[in-house]
Amino acid sequence: MAYWLLLPGGLWLLLFYVIPTVSMLSISLQEGTLEQGYRLTWNLGIYGEVLLAHDTQILRSLGYGLITTVVCLLIAYPLSYTIAIRGGRWKNVLLFLVILPFFVSFIIRTLSWKFVLADEGIFLGALKSLGVLGEDFRLLGTATAVLGGLIYGFLPFMALPLYVSLEKMDPSLLDAASDLYSSRVSAFLRVTLPLSLPGIFAGTLLTFIPATGDFINAQILGGPNQTMIGNVIQREYLTNNDFPEAAALSFLLMAAILFGIFLYARAIGTEELTG
Amino acid sequence: MRRRWVLPVYTTIVLVYLFLPIGVMILFGFNDIEGRFNFAWQGFTLRWYGELFDIPDLADALRNSLLVAAGSTVVATALGTMIALALTRHRFRGQASTNLFIFLPMATPEVVLGASLLSLFVTAGVSRGFVTILIAHIMFNISYVVVTVKARTAGFNNEWEEAAKDLGATPWTAFRTVTFPLIFPGVLAAAVLAFALSVDDYVITLFNAGQTLTFPLWVVGASRFGVPPQVNVMGTLIFIFGVALALAVVPLQRRRYRLPTAQAMPPISRG
Repeated sequence: MAYWLLLPGGLWLLLFYVIPTVSMLSISLQEGTLEQGYRLTWNLGIYGEVLLAHDTQILRSLGYGLITTVVCLLIAYPLSYTIAIRGGRWKNVLLFLVILPFFVSFIIRTLSWKFVLADEGIFLGALKSLGVLGEDFRLLGTATAVLGGLIYGFLPFMALPLYVSLEKMDPSLLDAASDLYSSRVSAFLRVTLPLSLPGIFAGTLLTFIPATGDFINAQILGGPNQTMIGNVIQREYLTNNDFPEAAALSFLLMAAILFGIFLYARAIGTEELTG
Repeated sequence: MRRRWVLPVYTTIVLVYLFLPIGVMILFGFNDIEGRFNFAWQGFTLRWYGELFDIPDLADALRNSLLVAAGSTVVATALGTMIALALTRHRFRGQASTNLFIFLPMATPEVVLGASLLSLFVTAGVSRGFVTILIAHIMFNISYVVVTVKARTAGFNNEWEEAAKDLGATPWTAFRTVTFPLIFPGVLAAAVLAFALSVDDYVITLFNAGQTLTFPLWVVGASRFGVPPQVNVMGTLIFIFGVALALAVVPLQRRRYRLPTAQAMPPISRG
């Protein structure tokens, strides 16, 4: 009975997730051109080549993913805590305000940051005419702009799971801690924080994975000096048609992220993955 | 003493930050500009709301987006709900690996999902277009549906359906009258999520679209040299429509399904 229920969806994922991944792996080991066709030559050396050729973008992607995740966690934790513990009857309204950005298309949200950060836009333009900033000061095209866009875009993904885990917590636990002479800091460290670990775990994954693989923010807010690994994959696949190189990079990105999740899951010791 | 105002003030600041680009988007839909350079404020106009469809292909792109979203929502919700039911209501060999397998597509970056599907389509010589977009959207939506429905069925009690069968219901009647109404809020939530993910998807679509345009692809195409105000107008209209729909549906859902649990919740002792 269970297997019949699994069959159609499982088949779909097999055909359009597993087999594409295998075919991507196979393309990465082939040589040739789009016009003349590809032959499987087990060209494992390509992995070393793409690592060396794109080390800047790989490191930048992992770095930006990490910074985005940490900053989102720092911004979202007090926010989710306030809504979950102190929200009272405003809880649902506040939560709705947190997910408000989701009602604007991801692309348009990112374009809107281009308006906010534009050289002669409403903010920089005003600050420049007041003489606060120099005429050639700009944010677009810098790491700050890309990171700002990433942090904005993925903040709700961090805030929501944190909220869910904090909301489940029984507030009387904190009263119990303080009755037992715990300071507010140690009550937080020994009660609240451990209970919110599943939320931190889920939020970290939901932020780190898409932020590391993202290329929209780098494309719209960053420009040529801020390319991430996603930009390279997109360019090699869709513009240069260098399929083996793009496939090798995609496979490396996927393997790196899955390996990272595995280590992280082991370290934090939750059953969230299979739960 | 405790500073009780710190967290509320902080929360307000973050919420303002979250709304900032939305406000800017709405504002610049009213910007009275010449040409296409829409980054500096020039004055108020309603012109762009009248000239919404002056940019070519918008109507086509919207229609494709809605068709793909509707199709992928229906198929992914059906397939995903079946998997969720199998995972929560049955014990079977390979259950843990099935859970892990469902998690994998969500742990794979979008750019990799798009690129690997393109690899398959290139290898198999399939030309890209509406059908390949639909296939891709069903694929990435299934896992999200499974997780959402599972969250609802996790505490689900098999005995209710057994009781119905003991009382003479056929398996189908028991499912239709007992199980389905119980999991329906989860299925509905999953469908809404799937629809939203599909309408908003740019990355995976970009890899598998061929010459077909969806709304996010249209936005990027139209904004290649400066963002035309029509993009802001369209974003504003979708935003208002989405928020209005949510405000209309959420209270309905809560009234029907939340009331019993609200009374069982412990009183909140702080605030």
